[in-house]
Amino acid sequence: MSFQKKDLISIKDLSASDINYFVETAKEFKKISLKDIKKVPTLRGKTVVNIFYEPSTRTRSSFEIAQKRLSADSLSIAVSQSSVVKGESLKDTLLNIEAMKPDAFVIRHSESGAAHFISKITKASVINAGDGINEHPTQCLLDIMTVAEEKKDFKSLKVAIIGDIYHSRVARSDIYGFSKLGAEIYLYAPHSLLPMKAEYGGGKVFIAKNMEEAVKNADVIIMLRIQKERASYYFIPSIEEYRNFFRLTPELLSKADKKVMVLHPGPVNRDVEISGSIINENKTHIFKQVENGVAVRMACLYILIGYQKLHG
Amino acid sequence: MDKLLIKNGIVIDPLTKTEVKRDVYIENGIIKDLPAKKSISEKYGVKTISAEGLIVFPGLIDMHVHLREPGYEYKETIKSGMEAAISGGFTSICCMPNTNPVNDSEEVTRFLIDKAKNLALINLFPIGAISKGLKGGSLADIGKLKEAGAVALSDDGNPVEDSALMGRALLYADTFNIPVISHSEDIKLRGKGVINEGVISERLGVIGIPSIAEDIGTARDVILAGYYGVKLHVAHVSTAGSIDIIKRAKKTGAKVTCETCPHYFSLTEESMLDYNTNAKMNPPLRTETDKKAVIEAIKDGTIDVIATDHAPHSKDEKDDTLDAAPFGIIGLETSLPLTLRLFHDNKISLIRIAELMSLNPAKILNISRRGSVSNGYIGDITVVDLNKKWQFTERGIKSLSKNSPFIGEYFKGKSSFVIAGGKILKEN
Repeated sequence: MSFQKKDLISIKDLSASDINYFVETAKEFKKISLKDIKKVPTLRGKTVVNIFYEPSTRTRSSFEIAQKRLSADSLSIAVSQSSVVKGESLKDTLLNIEAMKPDAFVIRHSESGAAHFISKITKASVINAGDGINEHPTQCLLDIMTVAEEKKDFKSLKVAIIGDIYHSRVARSDIYGFSKLGAEIYLYAPHSLLPMKAEYGGGKVFIAKNMEEAVKNADVIIMLRIQKERASYYFIPSIEEYRNFFRLTPELLSKADKKVMVLHPGPVNRDVEISGSIINENKTHIFKQVENGVAVRMACLYILIGYQKLHG
Repeated sequence: MDKLLIKNGIVIDPLTKTEVKRDVYIENGIIKDLPAKKSISEKYGVKTISAEGLIVFPGLIDMHVHLREPGYEYKETIKSGMEAAISGGFTSICCMPNTNPVNDSEEVTRFLIDKAKNLALINLFPIGAISKGLKGGSLADIGKLKEAGAVALSDDGNPVEDSALMGRALLYADTFNIPVISHSEDIKLRGKGVINEGVISERLGVIGIPSIAEDIGTARDVILAGYYGVKLHVAHVSTAGSIDIIKRAKKTGAKVTCETCPHYFSLTEESMLDYNTNAKMNPPLRTETDKKAVIEAIKDGTIDVIATDHAPHSKDEKDDTLDAAPFGIIGLETSLPLTLRLFHDNKISLIRIAELMSLNPAKILNISRRGSVSNGYIGDITVVDLNKKWQFTERGIKSLSKNSPFIGEYFKGKSSFVIAGGKILKEN
């Protein structure tokens, strides 16, 4: 197996075998993080630049740790301390760093399509670490990896994705990813936070009538964060109302399959989208997801920079 | 066991579209198929009323009423509003949220329901606000309102000006399957207008409300509902223009329903000629053309519901200039007789009246087991004497407020029995 593209911009562009290739590679890399000395020389002499135009804890540290464990030279640009605050455009920022000959960019941006945009400018590989409301491909890969560790056949899986579907790049990537592997996806949200049409390139994606229908016999439940700002733009009345009608409670969870896996991309609003007790009683896979995140990002860097070896 | 037999009436059932002379039997508040003849007698505790020569309708439902409690009890209380409704032949009313405090919370909704329960008269179905405080700035807690018992949402009195808020309100309400009732109006176009803009406003020298203020508002709301594929009920339709918009939307499959009020098919702007504040309401009385269009739309099915927009205001408030007096007239006690005029004039059938005033409101508001005289339905019945001649006088008004343009008018037809949940509330 191999992956011939320069960049990882979206799950939408990947085939089921591409997805499996990333996940299988990540499984190998996961072993490194479990060793006493967590470092291999794989990317020695390679330069990776992380540019984060949005605040991030999990994703950014996950990428940085992945780079260190692969021995890449990495550099993180926090936008608040960069020329961007002096008014430099995304294109100019990129062209300047490009001149320093990096091998890969990892970019997080609040605007949808930002990663796609810079991938056209630079010869280096680009990894999308989240662009606006569009996609978050490495999150999807780590979600799939986490599920694949417990569930063998994705074709018989019922995956519920609940929350702010409309504004969620995680939801968009997960819908494409899980449905490409054959899972049935059930979406549920206040109707003001659903897409106009649940059409995702032929995947089996349905809109549930209510929370119960979404979670009933579900094998995987992915809860999404609701942002407080949504109330000020009329998408929901209030956080209290959201908590009342759209929260995953232990009672609802009991209607899912006995071996249900509960995922959340973080950061969690406890007792808003998910009852705190579900997390406290270790009924989620949140930390497993974070652990696998490092492995997935190591795999992505390895595969993409490896591509340059072949074609560069 | 409470048993009631309504004998020999002509029963109008809009669900089966039948008009048949038959008896109606109610046991423990529920309409039941007639039991064996011998068990229907006083001996077995069955109370019998004779509806010989009378019409038996499913209990009438007025889905657009302003009760003024809490906050403005000097205009109307829940009790006085219900008494007016009973007098007018209604067994269910829905109250709009523009009280003080506004009904934008489960607390106010529960207060209304509890109060109605204690009064034990007719059914009260509260309508919650779309936006918090009716201010049009953010959504009210719609899920909680529905849970507390609200049957619909409306900011009636004013439109939801912000189209994004209106659109998301429709979507969010759709999540809970609770209908939204729009007060469709372009409020900037209304401006300071007080009556319909046209010949009469010019003659009186007052600022007019252009009919297109309603048309534009209706178009926007209908377009929003059509785009999102969700339900919308348009309140108090009064113009030929908005009827045309709704008719076309229905043809394209939009889930739109609408209501008009008796005054829009009974009066025109001519009623304003002596600066009559008791004929001032919003939307205002329109032209003869609009009136004809409303009647046509009632006939052809474009209009689904006749509701009153019963809006009580005190004598002192209405005893003012046309500019200063508040919008609104009472309507509970004249709605049925005004609608019966359409029947007497051979414009609509009694079955159509039962649809407009009972079955359709129940369907639109998802009120179950009401709107039909069928086995298993709740024993809400309005018995009507079609030929009773009477005069509507101020002294006879049960509502606390007397702001009606119909005072002094003679009518043909009146409710003679009003029965809610098998209980006789009016008998004459």
